Amino acid sequence: MTKYECTACGFIYDPEKGHEGSGVAAGTAWEDVPEDWVCPLCGVGKDMFEPV
Amino acid sequence: MKDTFRALKISENVYWVGAIDWGLRNFHGYLTSRGSTYNAFLILADKVTLVDTVKEPFFDEMMARIRSVIEPDRIDYVISNHSEMDHSGALPKTIAAVRPEKVFASSMGIKALSSHFHWDQEITKLSTGDTLDLGGANLRFIEARMLHWPDSMFTFYDEEGILFSNDAFGMHLASSERFADELDETVLRYEAAKYYANILLHLSPLIERLIDKLPGFNLNLKMIAPDHGPLWRQDPETIIGWYSEWAAQKPTSKAVVVYDTMWQSTAKMARAVADGIISRGVQVKLLPMEGSHRSDVITEVLDAGALVVGSPTMNNQLYPTVADVLTYIKGLRPRGLVGAAFGSYGWSGEAVGHIENALAEMKVELACESVKALYVPENDVLARCVELGEKVASALGAKL
Repeated sequence: MTKYECTACGFIYDPEKGHEGSGVAAGTAWEDVPEDWVCPLCGVGKDMFEPV
Repeated sequence: MKDTFRALKISENVYWVGAIDWGLRNFHGYLTSRGSTYNAFLILADKVTLVDTVKEPFFDEMMARIRSVIEPDRIDYVISNHSEMDHSGALPKTIAAVRPEKVFASSMGIKALSSHFHWDQEITKLSTGDTLDLGGANLRFIEARMLHWPDSMFTFYDEEGILFSNDAFGMHLASSERFADELDETVLRYEAAKYYANILLHLSPLIERLIDKLPGFNLNLKMIAPDHGPLWRQDPETIIGWYSEWAAQKPTSKAVVVYDTMWQSTAKMARAVADGIISRGVQVKLLPMEGSHRSDVITEVLDAGALVVGSPTMNNQLYPTVADVLTYIKGLRPRGLVGAAFGSYGWSGEAVGHIENALAEMKVELACESVKALYVPENDVLARCVELGEKVASALGAKL
C-alpha cells in the first residue's frame, strides 16, 4: 500500500501502521482514511498529502 | 516618571503596542540587515483585548506602550495568534502582570504554548469560524495551520476590517514609520520577498490555497496588520498579489550561481559558467559563499529559473559553506528549477557528486553533465564551464 507524505511538515502516513493517536487503524489504505482527518503533527488536511 | 514608549493609534479602536528591534541581525539564521519589529495590538472595547505580545526582552517596552493608552490591568483578553517566541516570549510575564480574564489560542497553539512554557495556564480554544464579541468589536478567527507553524492563526476585526495576520504578510524591517504607504516600495518588496523566501517558500502550495479561500471568508478587508514590519492600510491587496506571484514559483530568465572556493579554481569556473549564461541573454547572479549569506541566496532563488552550484572537494566532502546553503535551500523547497554542478578537486573529487545528489533531492532538473577540474582549470575546462552555462540557459529558455 502506498505511503503518503504531508507536504507541509513531512509526516508520513504508512497504511500498514495506520495512526492510532488519530483513530486510524493499522491496515487502513489512504483512500479509506476519513476525509476530515488532519495531519497528526501539523493539522493540515488530507489534500496536502502526496504519495511517496 | 513618564514612560518613554508610547502606543500608536492605527484605527478608531486599535493601538500598535509592539517593539522595534533596530539591532536584530540574526533571526534564526536569517540575516535581518534592516532589523525587525514585533507588532502587538491593543483593541479598545468593553472587553479590552491584546493581540499577541513581543519577544521577551521587549516586555517592558510593550507594557509602557500599553500604559500610554490604558492601565494594563484593564486588559480582559489576550489572544495568541502564534506560539513562536518572538510573539509569545513576553506572554507569561504579560499574563502575570495583567491577570486577564481569558487567554485564547488555536488548539495547536494551546499545545505549542504548553510545550514552550510548561505551565498550567488555562487557555480557551479558538477554531476557524469562531467569533468573539468584545462588546463594540467583533472578532473572527481563521486557523492558518502551517502558515507557518501548526498553531498559526489569523484574527479578523470585522467592524474595522483589520486582519491581524501574524507572520503572514510580514517582513523584517525596523522603521520609525508604522505603515507601508510611508515607506519606499522597492525596500518593501525586497524585504517582503526575503521574508517569503526564508520563512514561507516551502509552504507555497498552502499559501495558494489560502489566497484562493480568502474571498470565501467575506472579509471587508481594509488593513493587514502582520506581526513583523509595516502595516498595510492602503491597498492591502498589494502584498496579497505579491504572495500570489511568489507562491506560483514561475521561473524567470534568471540564473543563480552559488559556489565557494579554496584556491580560486572553483571561483574561475563559476565566472566562466556565468559568462556562458550571460551569452544566452539570461540574467545571472553570482554568489560566492565567502561573502553571501544563505538567506540572501534563497532570496535570489525565489524568482530565479536556474540554480547552478559549485564546490571544491575538501576531505572527500562538500566545502562546508556549500553544504550549509544546500541544506538551507533544500528545506525551503524551491520548485521548477533547472541546474547543474561544477567544482575543482585534488584527488578524489566527491563534491560534485554530492551537489548532483542534493539537486536531485530538490527536484532540480539537471541541464547537462557536471564539470570537474583537477586542481587548477585550464582553458579547455573553462570552455566546458562556459558551455555548461550555455546549456543551463538553453534549458531555462525552453521552460519560459
